[in-house]
Amino acid sequence: MWGFYFNQLVDSLPFFFKGLWVTVSISGLSLIAGTVIGFIWGIIRAGKGGFFSFLIGAWVDIIRGTPFLVQIFIVFFIFPEIGIQLEAFPAAVIALTNLAACFICEIVAGGIQSVPSGQKEAATASGLSYWQQLKYIILPQSMQIILPPLVGQYVLLIKDSSVVSAIGVIDVTRAGWLTVQRVPEGVMVFGLVGLLYFIICYPLIILSNRLEKKFST
Amino acid sequence: MLEAFNFRVLFEYMPLYMKCFMATLWLSGISLAGAIFVGIIASAMRLGRFKILSILAGMYIEIIRSTPLLAQLYFMYFGLPSLGILVSEEVTGITALTLNSGAYMAEIIRAGIQSIPKGQVEAGISSGLNYFQRMRHIILPQALGVTIQPLLGQSIVLVKDSSLLSLISIMELTRAGQVLTSERFMPAEGYLATAVFYLVIYYMLKTITNWSQKKLIFREAGR
Repeated sequence: MWGFYFNQLVDSLPFFFKGLWVTVSISGLSLIAGTVIGFIWGIIRAGKGGFFSFLIGAWVDIIRGTPFLVQIFIVFFIFPEIGIQLEAFPAAVIALTNLAACFICEIVAGGIQSVPSGQKEAATASGLSYWQQLKYIILPQSMQIILPPLVGQYVLLIKDSSVVSAIGVIDVTRAGWLTVQRVPEGVMVFGLVGLLYFIICYPLIILSNRLEKKFST
Repeated sequence: MLEAFNFRVLFEYMPLYMKCFMATLWLSGISLAGAIFVGIIASAMRLGRFKILSILAGMYIEIIRSTPLLAQLYFMYFGLPSLGILVSEEVTGITALTLNSGAYMAEIIRAGIQSIPKGQVEAGISSGLNYFQRMRHIILPQALGVTIQPLLGQSIVLVKDSSLLSLISIMELTRAGQVLTSERFMPAEGYLATAVFYLVIYYMLKTITNWSQKKLIFREAGR
């Protein structure tokens, strides 16, 4: 019995690889954009307060307090209501980018704040401008603190990308869901789905652990 | 933009939302209790003397951590029947949430136990305390202080993750938004209301987290 389904599963392998490519491209696009936005937000957030810092803080809190599934439904359904037609793929990238930016913002802000204030005072006393301080003194030092959780966060975000299957994006998870309707062998189908995620995520987890060990001493 | 939304319909659906809110609370509550239990067992296996148990627990933790919860949920939802195990969606959902969160809990508890300096354990041994006495009087009270914050953070993650149970047609908060989408075609109102309910839980848990942090700092300072 398993042999019969196994052959069917082998036949649908190209379908899974297509799904894997969708997962990789959604995660890749969102992680790059999210990292850039997250760093900008994080730098503002770590600053002296002010309106934008407050605004970002409130937004990050709202995003961190709601499930990604709900966020993606809101993005997917609200844009059409205000007159912007949105395909599932860009909706997924927008939602995941926003999620990434919010979590990375917190990591970056925490990293910047962990730099001893004496360093900033010394930089100010040396007559460096705020941007020079960031570039030459604060960011290089805080990178050690930012990098390990950042890589760990990437793993979480890649896994979260599976949720976009709920709005019909055919990623790996959706490929599994569609296949299991034809090949009713859930253990094998989602075993394969799990394996594909494992191949992407596990090396990143090891990298994150290594970075943590390297910088903790 | 706001006048396009019909919030009056939400009053009509309030009983449904309240029911679903309670459902999210009890589903997450049971899963949370289960996850802490699984986490304690798995971390004990991981740190224990028996090599095989340690490897097994390690494999469980690594596999869970490197695959998405949704894939795990579907694995059980579609996989259990093909293995001949027929249980309700609720049981499937709670089990998946418990096993998923349990792996993260195990890592948190392990880190907490390992944060206790070795010298303390050795001092315990030389005072003639046995393993369980050392655990009870020396390691666990201190480890709890270190673990309580990340455990609460993980509980917040668990509550949010319970939204995925809507995808295997369990009635909970996210599903309430889906009901509004299918019955009235009001997805925006439906999911915004859902988001507000999740935020209520989030702020409750966050308040507890901040409060416990203050308590802990207070205790540390008083020592």
